[in-house]
Amino acid sequence: MENQKHISMPVRYGINTTLIVLFLIMGYVLTSSGFTNRAQTSLILQIGIYIILAVSLNVATGYLGQLPLGHAGFMAVGAYSCGIFWKSSLASALPTPISIFLGLVVAGIVAAIFGVLIGIPALRLKGDYLAIITLGFGEIIRVAIINLPSITGGTPGLLGIPKHSNFIVVYLCVVFTIVAIHMMMKSRHGRAILSIRENEIAAESCGINTTYYKVMAFAFSAFFAGIAGGLYAGFQGLLVPKSFDFMASINILVMVVLGGMGSMIGSVIAATVLTALPLLLQSFNTYRMIIYSLLLIIVMIFKPSGLMGMYDFSLSRILERILNRDFPWKKKKGDEVNV
Amino acid sequence: MSKMVPVKQSYSIVPERDYHKSPILEAHHLGIDFGGLTAVDDFNIAIGRTEICGLIGPNGAGKTTVFNLLTKVYQPTRGTILLDGMDTSGFNTVKANQAGIARTFQNIRLFKNLTVLDNVLIGLHNDINCSIPKALLRTPSYWKAEKAAKTKALDLLSIFDMQDLANAEAGSLPYGAQRRLEIVRALATNPKLLLLDEPAAGMNPSETAELMENIRKIRDTFQIAIMLIEHDMNLVMGICEGIAVLSYGKIIAKGTPAEITSNPAVIEAYLGKKEG
Repeated sequence: MENQKHISMPVRYGINTTLIVLFLIMGYVLTSSGFTNRAQTSLILQIGIYIILAVSLNVATGYLGQLPLGHAGFMAVGAYSCGIFWKSSLASALPTPISIFLGLVVAGIVAAIFGVLIGIPALRLKGDYLAIITLGFGEIIRVAIINLPSITGGTPGLLGIPKHSNFIVVYLCVVFTIVAIHMMMKSRHGRAILSIRENEIAAESCGINTTYYKVMAFAFSAFFAGIAGGLYAGFQGLLVPKSFDFMASINILVMVVLGGMGSMIGSVIAATVLTALPLLLQSFNTYRMIIYSLLLIIVMIFKPSGLMGMYDFSLSRILERILNRDFPWKKKKGDEVNV
Repeated sequence: MSKMVPVKQSYSIVPERDYHKSPILEAHHLGIDFGGLTAVDDFNIAIGRTEICGLIGPNGAGKTTVFNLLTKVYQPTRGTILLDGMDTSGFNTVKANQAGIARTFQNIRLFKNLTVLDNVLIGLHNDINCSIPKALLRTPSYWKAEKAAKTKALDLLSIFDMQDLANAEAGSLPYGAQRRLEIVRALATNPKLLLLDEPAAGMNPSETAELMENIRKIRDTFQIAIMLIEHDMNLVMGICEGIAVLSYGKIIAKGTPAEITSNPAVIEAYLGKKEG
């Protein structure tokens, strides 16, 4: 233990920040220079939006251990509030970057408020009951949107939203979401959320206010779903209520379950694969959905805990292992003197 | 603030201990009914500030129910519980813990998929001072609080020599170690009274002897009261200063270990009545 090399915290943050910036520049150059065609660029944006959705649902499903089925509802709330904000700010004198930022903040906050409002009654229930009640709430949101045509445009949809979601905006939101959730989970609040998943009675007897943390995690999850909704509005340019039905919630849940509940990297990978797969399989158009479904079945049979289980990715941990020459294919520590 | 209630000394098991101080816990006429069944009735007890006391009795006597009443898992139907002179009626489990009652469970309830260290850190939850914005922004006070908590957690683990297991998954520990970890986690919540529900269950005699030493060590180091439910009479008679015997939800005897072993009512409850 004593001779192990450790990477200090500032260096870890430095490495991660550098990689984030490099990736941003690379992505920006690729998407704006015409290297990727329009379909590919839009696929990248969609992947980004679904990563935010899956990672945020993972907070409620993987970390808190509940099974909400109304994630698309929060996404819808965020999408419409952001869409309406952006549309109305077109006429005002707000500079575009500020308008984009404020719109996404509004989307997140409105969705989080809905998360609290729905969470307080819903989180009194557990398991299947919670799934059904959140499914109901999700549908209520969708029906409310249909029946408020003066604000939301009703069934035909909300048209003419400025297309603000470019690569940089989506990428920064993805980074913000992942970093914020990571910071949260590696603090006492995150541990409190995990303890509720592990054993609620024990958590209470450790003095953790489980009701507060359940609602908080739920609102936190809804906040990022709202941001994803805002990005979706700016990506599509128009919003129709139909795209937020319960199949949309199921799609996000499938990503989380497939990636591994409680694994952030799992959610990211699953969101990427499951968003890209239908498009990559377009040449087998007829069999597309069969391949997609078979893939789900195979993963669930051979790895029911999801692709990544509860594993969480840490670049620094891998670097430390390389520095210490502690490779998984080697035997135990001690017999690695002169390698 | 909860109201202060005058202290009654008459319920104590061993009155001479901590006589000059008020008891840490008092229960007055505590009782609970489940439907028509009276699980615990007229339960009176007072526990001294640094007393180790035992709660024994045949299976189904209501011992764990008493623990659940004290920790507010169940709300009592009758009676009052005073913790350090403070009325705890209307408290929930969380508040009871924050007021100073920590417990372990008969069937171990650890956070199995988390590491040993995380289990203790969760126990220290209310001890760590770090708001959500501070945690999200990783301010210096976050690092300070986390570091202090980690040091404290490792200190607590060292009571049972478990600091080397800090990064092991709690569910992968052997049974005895899991029980010890549960005690450490309960201690991390900074209790005034520690309730141990069958701490020696599933331990071999040498482990039990070690546990006895450790329970005494915990009392001496932290200066807290400990109440334990246990079926291992060697352990109970060895470390308890006062013992209460529960049978069919009622206390049938209270006293020192020597008094309990010679009490005819206790012998009857455990072995049955002698014919003729």
